[in-house]
Amino acid sequence: MSRVKIPLLIMGLTTSLFFCATAQAGEASASMLSDTCSGCHGPNGVTNGPAIPTIAGMTEEYLVLSMQDYRDDKRKGTVMNRIAKGYTDTEITAMARYFSEQEYASLTQSPDASMVARGDELQQRYCNSCHEKSGVKADGIGVLAGQAMPYLSWTIADFMTGDRPMERRKQQKMDQLAADAGDEGFHAVVQYYSSHK
Amino acid sequence: MNSINRRKFIHLTGGAVAMAGTMLTLPGVVRAGGKRVVIVGGGPGGATAARYLRIQDPSIEVTLIEANANYHTCFMSNEVLGGMRSLDSIMVTFDGLKKMGVNVVTDTVTAVDAEKRTVKTAGGDSFGYDRLILSPGIDFKYGAVGGYTAQTAGTIPHAWKAGPQTALLRKQLEAMDDGGTVVIVAPPNPFRCPPGPYERASLIAHYLKNNKPKSKVLVVDTKEKFSKQGLFTAAWKRFYGFGTDKALIEWMPASAVGSVVAVHAKEMMVETEFEEFKGSVINYIPPQTAGKIAAVAGVSDDSGWCPVHKKTFESTMIPGIHVLGDASIATKMPKSGYSANSQAKVAVAAIVDLFNGREPGVPSYVNTCYSIAAEDHAFSVSAVYRFNAEENLIAPVAGAGGLSPADASDEYRKREVAYAHSWYNNIRADSWG
Repeated sequence: MSRVKIPLLIMGLTTSLFFCATAQAGEASASMLSDTCSGCHGPNGVTNGPAIPTIAGMTEEYLVLSMQDYRDDKRKGTVMNRIAKGYTDTEITAMARYFSEQEYASLTQSPDASMVARGDELQQRYCNSCHEKSGVKADGIGVLAGQAMPYLSWTIADFMTGDRPMERRKQQKMDQLAADAGDEGFHAVVQYYSSHK
Repeated sequence: MNSINRRKFIHLTGGAVAMAGTMLTLPGVVRAGGKRVVIVGGGPGGATAARYLRIQDPSIEVTLIEANANYHTCFMSNEVLGGMRSLDSIMVTFDGLKKMGVNVVTDTVTAVDAEKRTVKTAGGDSFGYDRLILSPGIDFKYGAVGGYTAQTAGTIPHAWKAGPQTALLRKQLEAMDDGGTVVIVAPPNPFRCPPGPYERASLIAHYLKNNKPKSKVLVVDTKEKFSKQGLFTAAWKRFYGFGTDKALIEWMPASAVGSVVAVHAKEMMVETEFEEFKGSVINYIPPQTAGKIAAVAGVSDDSGWCPVHKKTFESTMIPGIHVLGDASIATKMPKSGYSANSQAKVAVAAIVDLFNGREPGVPSYVNTCYSIAAEDHAFSVSAVYRFNAEENLIAPVAGAGGLSPADASDEYRKREVAYAHSWYNNIRADSWG
């Protein structure tokens, strides 16, 4: 036992130095924080589906806004409202920056091929002005092309009920699509976006 | 760290090396060229550790020793029992880790020499390490009740380690006549996967409702309450007639029926202090301890579980050995697959720091657990944790986390099923590649 005692005592002292020094540093690294998300969102924030969305490759601004909206219950979710409340603004910014630097990848899905052309026609008319390059570009908004289909459908539904807020100006385009093409129109648009490779 | 601390740190570790000689190297003091990590256990803890070591510092040699050639995840195995997915769909291989340069060894570790820093296997091999990670999962306290040994599991499955046990229990359910009773004995705390037995009862009841509606599930509990109880009970009332005379599920706590005394395999009966429960199928989930290599290595205490520094998951009993997952005492994280995956990342970050002459950084931890109660009905519990140094505690952030709401809409419950399936696909990829 005595052979073990002395090194353990010293280990105790060095360990307490570790604790002290890091208390001064204070923050978990961006990768430490972000790695906790991969268990649900997939490695590097790229999903294997079917429904949890990819968070890699969105803009930092959009990811910060999303986490804050979940944290403040402005956007209704399921588990994310509870999780977002666990982080400070500094941590949210660090994670958002980290995921914005990861590469987006489309999820391989099985959209209804017969509706893809119709979806493309509709997205060009109603969506593309904000969701540019047919939903590939993500300037402060979500990437739609290749995103998980259930997530796209549910998000559209939530925008239309108000469970997820959207500025009036932006809402107009979606309202027009709804008026002109209804649920079938949104369904087609989702088939189009999810066909993106 | 400021200059005063740095001088003290170097002085102390320098002195320690001189005093300890070559018998016991300290954490942070690495032998020349020595950056070898051996990982025991290829479940979510061990596999995630292997994968993240390869990502974060490819100069570290990683050997992972797992007894099974392939691994079946215990999480999502209840869907196999419910007939909702195949056994193959919960099998994962080690090909992904091998492609990343992990040396995967199919063998059982039989001895750990913490002074020489080697592990020995049943196959006769020896592996040297600079840091050892044990993620051995659980083992069972056979003999906690009469009549249940390791052999009994061949007829009275625990199916609390997935694979052949899952297949056996599913086969028994398929063979059962309509009108039969499935007895599930739920274990005492602490055990792997707190909501697991109740998700199992739910999904077996789902199978019975659609295939053998005159049958029922009897949960004989060694406890008075259980994880997500309100949510499960509400789902059981809604879908399985809980509390009515047509109930597909009944739940009996220890206070009602007495503690479990014995399992009688020949008579197919579970004996408690006050009752005898006959079952056409009996799923006895025994009380648990850390996987047996933990005791062999000397890192488990009287509780049968492994105390660790919760900042790094290094054993408080033997330096240089980290313990992750179910086997560890990681209060307040539950014993879950997600916890093992999360803890592995904390341990890996600490080990990479230590190997590179840095102090371990601030950890961050998350757990999210999904339970599927019926085809379109699931709920979750989640928490974000911070390290509390004063108490050596993994503390849930106040005001965050928690359960799915009791009054959530059907749409919410339906989405959580899809998210549960997504979580499953993603944690598999994150852990095994």
